Amino acid sequence: MFDPKVVRKDFPILERRVHGDKPLVWLDNASTTQKPRRVIDCLVDFYEHHNSNVHRGVYALAEEATELYEGARAKIAAFIGASGKREIVFTRSATESLNLVANAWGRANLKPGDKVVVTEMEHHSNLIPWQLVTQATGAQIVPWPITDDGFLDLEAMPRVLDGAKIVCVSQMSNVLGTINPIRQVADAAHAAGALVLVDGAQGVPHLITNVAEMEADFLAFSGHKMLGPTGSGGLWARAELLDAMPPFLGGGEMILEVWIDHATYNEIPYKFEAGTPNIAQSIGLGAAVDYLNDLGMEDVRAHEIEIVTYALDELRKIDGLKVFGPADPTKRGGVVSFWMEDLHPHDLATIVDTEGLAIRAGHHCAQPLMRVLGVPATSRASFYVYNTHDDVDALVAALGKARETFARGGGLPF
Amino acid sequence: MSLDDLYREVILDHYRSPRNKRHIDSGGIDVHRNNPLCGDDITVYVVVDATGVATDAAFEGQGCSISQASASMLTEQIRGKKVDEIEGIVLNFRKMMAGEEGPGEEELGDLVALKGVVKYPVRIKCAVLAWDALQEGISQYEKAH
Ligand SMILES: Cc1ncc(COP(=O)(O)O)c(C=O)c1O
Repeated sequence: MFDPKVVRKDFPILERRVHGDKPLVWLDNASTTQKPRRVIDCLVDFYEHHNSNVHRGVYALAEEATELYEGARAKIAAFIGASGKREIVFTRSATESLNLVANAWGRANLKPGDKVVVTEMEHHSNLIPWQLVTQATGAQIVPWPITDDGFLDLEAMPRVLDGAKIVCVSQMSNVLGTINPIRQVADAAHAAGALVLVDGAQGVPHLITNVAEMEADFLAFSGHKMLGPTGSGGLWARAELLDAMPPFLGGGEMILEVWIDHATYNEIPYKFEAGTPNIAQSIGLGAAVDYLNDLGMEDVRAHEIEIVTYALDELRKIDGLKVFGPADPTKRGGVVSFWMEDLHPHDLATIVDTEGLAIRAGHHCAQPLMRVLGVPATSRASFYVYNTHDDVDALVAALGKARETFARGGGLPF
Repeated sequence: MSLDDLYREVILDHYRSPRNKRHIDSGGIDVHRNNPLCGDDITVYVVVDATGVATDAAFEGQGCSISQASASMLTEQIRGKKVDEIEGIVLNFRKMMAGEEGPGEEELGDLVALKGVVKYPVRIKCAVLAWDALQEGISQYEKAH
């Protein structure tokens, strides 16, 4: 098991101080993670030594860049248990991957009246693309409700799956931390004749992910939430689905032969990689995957359960603080959303920022979920491999300071 | 950067005991605004009489202390004023939020307490939310009159 105090040393930014002399405490990992030296060096090395476009030139640098880029694809394929690297499409983000599926698969396959199931805990990026596509095709969105303790309501499963064409579900909620039972959902969805699109933006960085065991059809993921550069991400899909889908974006690289009024398309995954891709970023994501593999995803998960257990215990000691999502740390990831009775999340985030802590306040791109929870916003602390008990203690202390600030000049407002 | 500059006691007081926080069904100014970043939302109501005087002003909504206190102070500051005077207050408030020093601050009353927000750029949106609603309401009013 790695020691997060040692891991921290690989992340130059964690040496930073903010607001004068306050050590940075990075607790917004669900938004984006910091980058280890190895990933930063990889980007610098690429631009200093290998920079070239991929797949095109016949010169030495083009060959090197292509090899690095395709090498990263192979690393990612292995990381998530894909059967081959042709099933990995590089994109700019999880958002782009989800839009790819909604547009390429959705527009070709959805008819008026068809049902698209979207869980109530989806991030806007797995909802809005489907709103746009259902509006264009006449299909309809069916919400899949959640239970009071923050799980998918499995009793509702037969009803929502009835007649469904596709089920859009996050592997792990970016608000509740809930880990969804993807295999169970996939088995039921397939029995009902529906495909399953998994939003792995939160799950892939934090959980052991194996697409073969998941039995899903599509998995979108984001590089910058798993120690990789911004502008990296990807989509895994079964090869036969990718083969059958029309392209998403058109342009260079995704074609075989082009006439003025029509074209034939490249083989997968290149059919879905129009134009110059995010070459350096994708290679950097490969370096991030190497780093995570060296830590070991089993240990990444074990550390997360450990720190979330500690955080939940400490937060529950605070009067008037409510934590959302599953109570059992083994059923949730490293995301802890909470509400403090006498303090709006926005005020709270500002106050803890002055102590050097970066936490998130807001609706976390999940407005429908905020309505279900009955709050306008939550505060969210989210953990990763370099977070320690000290960070949790700093959070608890900063929450105390927030309380104090608001207690000045009178009693509590509520 | 001191937190006490941001969370002045007047602000906390307006947050704890908002003034004029109620619905007005006046058929007058009635504009809703929300801040999609943080979920704050505000509706500003103003009753304007035949002579162009704001005889009543109120707000409803929810959000952080800055957005709520700003709305509460706004209603206090504009009641009994003529629409063109209110436009002047809006202008002065926006100038203050843009960090411009100058005359006009004395007209802002308690609102001066919000000056500290200028040092927290991400929070300026919270402070101006009610003012965006008010300004929209005034321009609707002026079009209709
Ligand atoms: C669950 C979930 N899905 C999708 C996204 C979007 O990811 P990206 O930033 O890669 O577009 C996020 C991150 O904000 C997320 O938490």
